[in-house]
Amino acid sequence: MSSISLRQIKKSFGALTILHSVDMEIDKGEFIVILGPSGCGKSTLLNVIAGLDACDEGQIVIEGKDVSGLEPSERGLAMVFQSYALFPAMTVRRNLSFGMEIAGTPKATVVEKVAWVAKLLQIEALLDRKPAQLSGGQRQRVAIGRALVRSSSICLFDEPLSNLDAKLRAETRVELKQLHETLGSTMIYVTHDQIEAMTMADRVAVMHKGKVEQFAHPQSIYEKPASLFVAGFVGSPAMNFIDGRLDGSGRFLTGDIAIGTDAYAFEERQPSGEIVLGIRCEDVTVVDRGAPESIPASLAFTELLGADALGWFDCLGKRLSVRLGIKAARSMRKEVGLRFDMSKASLFSRASERRL
Amino acid sequence: MSTWLKRQGFKPDITVAAFFAVVAIFFYGSILWTFYMSLTRSTLIPKYEIVGFDQYFDLFTNQRWLVSCLNMVIFGVFYMVGTLAFGTLLAVLADRRIKAESFFRTIFLYPLAVSLIITGLSWRWLLDPTTGLQALIRGIGWETFTFDWLTRPDRAIYTLVIAGIWHSAGLVMVIVLAGLRGIDNDLWKAIRMEGIPLWRAYCQVIFPGMRPVIASCVVLLMSEVIRGYDLIIAMTKGGPGISTEMPAKFAVDFYFARVNLGLASAASIMMLALSLIMLMPYFYSEFRRRS
Repeated sequence: MSSISLRQIKKSFGALTILHSVDMEIDKGEFIVILGPSGCGKSTLLNVIAGLDACDEGQIVIEGKDVSGLEPSERGLAMVFQSYALFPAMTVRRNLSFGMEIAGTPKATVVEKVAWVAKLLQIEALLDRKPAQLSGGQRQRVAIGRALVRSSSICLFDEPLSNLDAKLRAETRVELKQLHETLGSTMIYVTHDQIEAMTMADRVAVMHKGKVEQFAHPQSIYEKPASLFVAGFVGSPAMNFIDGRLDGSGRFLTGDIAIGTDAYAFEERQPSGEIVLGIRCEDVTVVDRGAPESIPASLAFTELLGADALGWFDCLGKRLSVRLGIKAARSMRKEVGLRFDMSKASLFSRASERRL
Repeated sequence: MSTWLKRQGFKPDITVAAFFAVVAIFFYGSILWTFYMSLTRSTLIPKYEIVGFDQYFDLFTNQRWLVSCLNMVIFGVFYMVGTLAFGTLLAVLADRRIKAESFFRTIFLYPLAVSLIITGLSWRWLLDPTTGLQALIRGIGWETFTFDWLTRPDRAIYTLVIAGIWHSAGLVMVIVLAGLRGIDNDLWKAIRMEGIPLWRAYCQVIFPGMRPVIASCVVLLMSEVIRGYDLIIAMTKGGPGISTEMPAKFAVDFYFARVNLGLASAASIMMLALSLIMLMPYFYSEFRRRS
């Protein structure tokens, strides 16, 4: 049985439609990341799940119960916010216990739970401080703690790490992932950061303009993006795109170059017409100019990234990125050929922008 | 022009110096002079012979001064608590996204635009038993209705409180409303997630987090209390008897009507001391925050 299911959620503010029709089935114990650029409706979706925004149409079912009409506090959810939203005049201890006090939890249980969560998150030493006396990372811990003591099996995160500095963000990311494994609760995590999505998620929902473009395991989102948007949004550097068309014999034509697509696993039969070829920088190899199945290119510049390097080539009127070894990058000639690994490429229809 | 100024060695210090001179002479100079006068037996014309703190002894054996001080405490407590409570209530209601919010905001802020003299006069007419509210309601037919606080020595001070609250509640409302609008939206979401009832959210989460805003209101209202003069003049003129006398009025009366420069100066210095004492908690908390 799924833990949460969203059925045809629609939401608009006035004439502006934020969520078109979102369907999602989330299993118990899954770590779901909702990924998308700002303004794609991901935070609105989370607020709708939490009950902080009412949806115009659709149904939210949590553990078999339709909660669409319930107040946020009655849905059995916990939530962590971007700006932490700690109660400013209360100590950390009281921040943790206040919700339970409101809910009428017995005193002994409150003490026990606060002690448990403080130990779990290593904030025991901070219990008697006020939020203003804490650093950003410590506040975030307290906010997570406040969500955990709500003893709900579902926890929502609204960009919880985006106010932290890069180092702390990486550390907290790992801790959150471990926390998820320890507790086994269902987590829904909204972010615009694709690294967070790739590293933490069991499944990623990529959102764009109020629609879920793809809902899949992070690796398949990276390898087999379902749409042009997903392909361009996920991955750094962005995927290389080349415009062209398919001829009758299944060859990709661009300019006066033809590339065979025999190695490519088409999802549709008999595709043709205007298409876009997408290829990741690591799926391109540098060969000699004029080698078979290669495209002439000239080196613009290289970027050394430490572990490896990126070569930027001018090719077919576009600038393409190619991942290189450090040695190869140092000794790279100007005029070369590029060969694409078509088994790992992605082809999209120009018209529908969907994967072919 | 600017090069000419530069050639003259023009410095901003000079412009600022004029301002500082004004402050030094007219504010602090006056304070020092007043303090000097309070140590003399001056009457109509200043005498420069120092007699020590005699005037202060006289002051604290003066029945009218003691009544003034007591009145200020009564008025101050009721006025400040009332204004804060009422203004905050209005701000909360306005923050709940009511319809026509700006209309109500204007209505409640309007009394502030009316001078205290006009406020006092209006309330005097309104509360005067023979012409105001009491007469109106008796005229309608409730013959036994009585609201004559303005003419009762033991109650007149509270009519000042009513008029004061009416005048200042709008100010508190606007300041508190600005504070409420500054509350992070995520905090409200967290409150809803925890299922905290609205009144507890305000009393235990929102207002405790708005301490600086509340402190600003308190300081503003305190200064109103200590310098309270025009409202009394317009409404009760200190009466009935001396039942609504206040320190500021005491000082003015002794300066000009009773020509006792020394005693009036002593009263003024006591008011200054009182202001400083009342502001002490504020300065203390500010200082503690900085360091």
